[in-house]
Amino acid sequence: MSDSAASDLGPGEAPEESGDPQGMLTRRAALRRARAKRQRVTFVGVVGELLITAGVLVFLFLGWQLWLNDLIVGEQHREEAAELAETWNSGNVPIHEQPAVPIDYGVPIVSAKVGDAQQFAIMYVPRFGSDYQRTVWEGVSESKVLDTKGIGRYPETQLPGEVGNFAVAAHRTTYGKPFSDIGELRVGDKIIIRTQDAYYTYVFRNMEYVWPSAIDVLNPLPRVPDTMEVTDRILTMTSCNPRFSRAERIIAYSVLESWQPAEAGPPAEIAALVNPEG
Amino acid sequence: MYAALWRILPGPVWVRVIIVLLLVAAVLFSLVTWVFPWVQTIIDTPEVTIEA
Repeated sequence: MSDSAASDLGPGEAPEESGDPQGMLTRRAALRRARAKRQRVTFVGVVGELLITAGVLVFLFLGWQLWLNDLIVGEQHREEAAELAETWNSGNVPIHEQPAVPIDYGVPIVSAKVGDAQQFAIMYVPRFGSDYQRTVWEGVSESKVLDTKGIGRYPETQLPGEVGNFAVAAHRTTYGKPFSDIGELRVGDKIIIRTQDAYYTYVFRNMEYVWPSAIDVLNPLPRVPDTMEVTDRILTMTSCNPRFSRAERIIAYSVLESWQPAEAGPPAEIAALVNPEG
Repeated sequence: MYAALWRILPGPVWVRVIIVLLLVAAVLFSLVTWVFPWVQTIIDTPEVTIEA
């Protein structure tokens, strides 16, 4: 077998007579050539690797959007709420044993309206987690509030404690998903709104699923023409339904049960959260 | 492509591994910091508000 013939053999086709030194040499040369061929950058190879890279990037993005970013942003929002509460309490929370029968403080006070994209309240929902607390901001602009800050108030609706409808919106998925568990609310669940001046305890009453255009859920008395005389104080939460969709909206209605001034301390349900040392 | 990248890296294997890990970390960091937040703004996100 001549040298030139052996060099044309692939790595699997080594010469039969591998015992002689000549054959060994040609086989080594063939292996070397095969390796060089494998290492050559080919067009198809680059395209294939780019496609695999693109697939990996898509999965990374999904992991980031649906899990990692929600964890980070959710924790950030929680910390912001805790900081705001601390600022309002100026370091020393009045520790009060809450009476078994709630004291009736009369007509709820209503804090002054704040400017667009300003924070004005903290929302506590024990059903969403024992440490759940989120700031509430003025306005429902996606870029200014919902995608960046969390929960936003519909500016055309009423304020916490005011007669009528205090309506808020927040994401149910992504962007920290403040209303991730809105569908888990059960009749009787407490939703506590803290402003600088007071705690308002709303109690969840019912859920509704509506089209995105159902603007009357924001009426002072939801779903009722706004010419009607209103006496209830309602909290309306809106989010997307189904999850990850823009097809419908889920609406959660709650009614004000009681309120207490900030000086009276937090309601028992959130006392441990507002005042961890107490 | 990646094999070629590996070949042009200098030094022994452990140096190359460290360089690759640093490169991967830099890519992940820029993805999470700039690319993914930007992508999120151009893809459809669920709307949560009621609008007439």
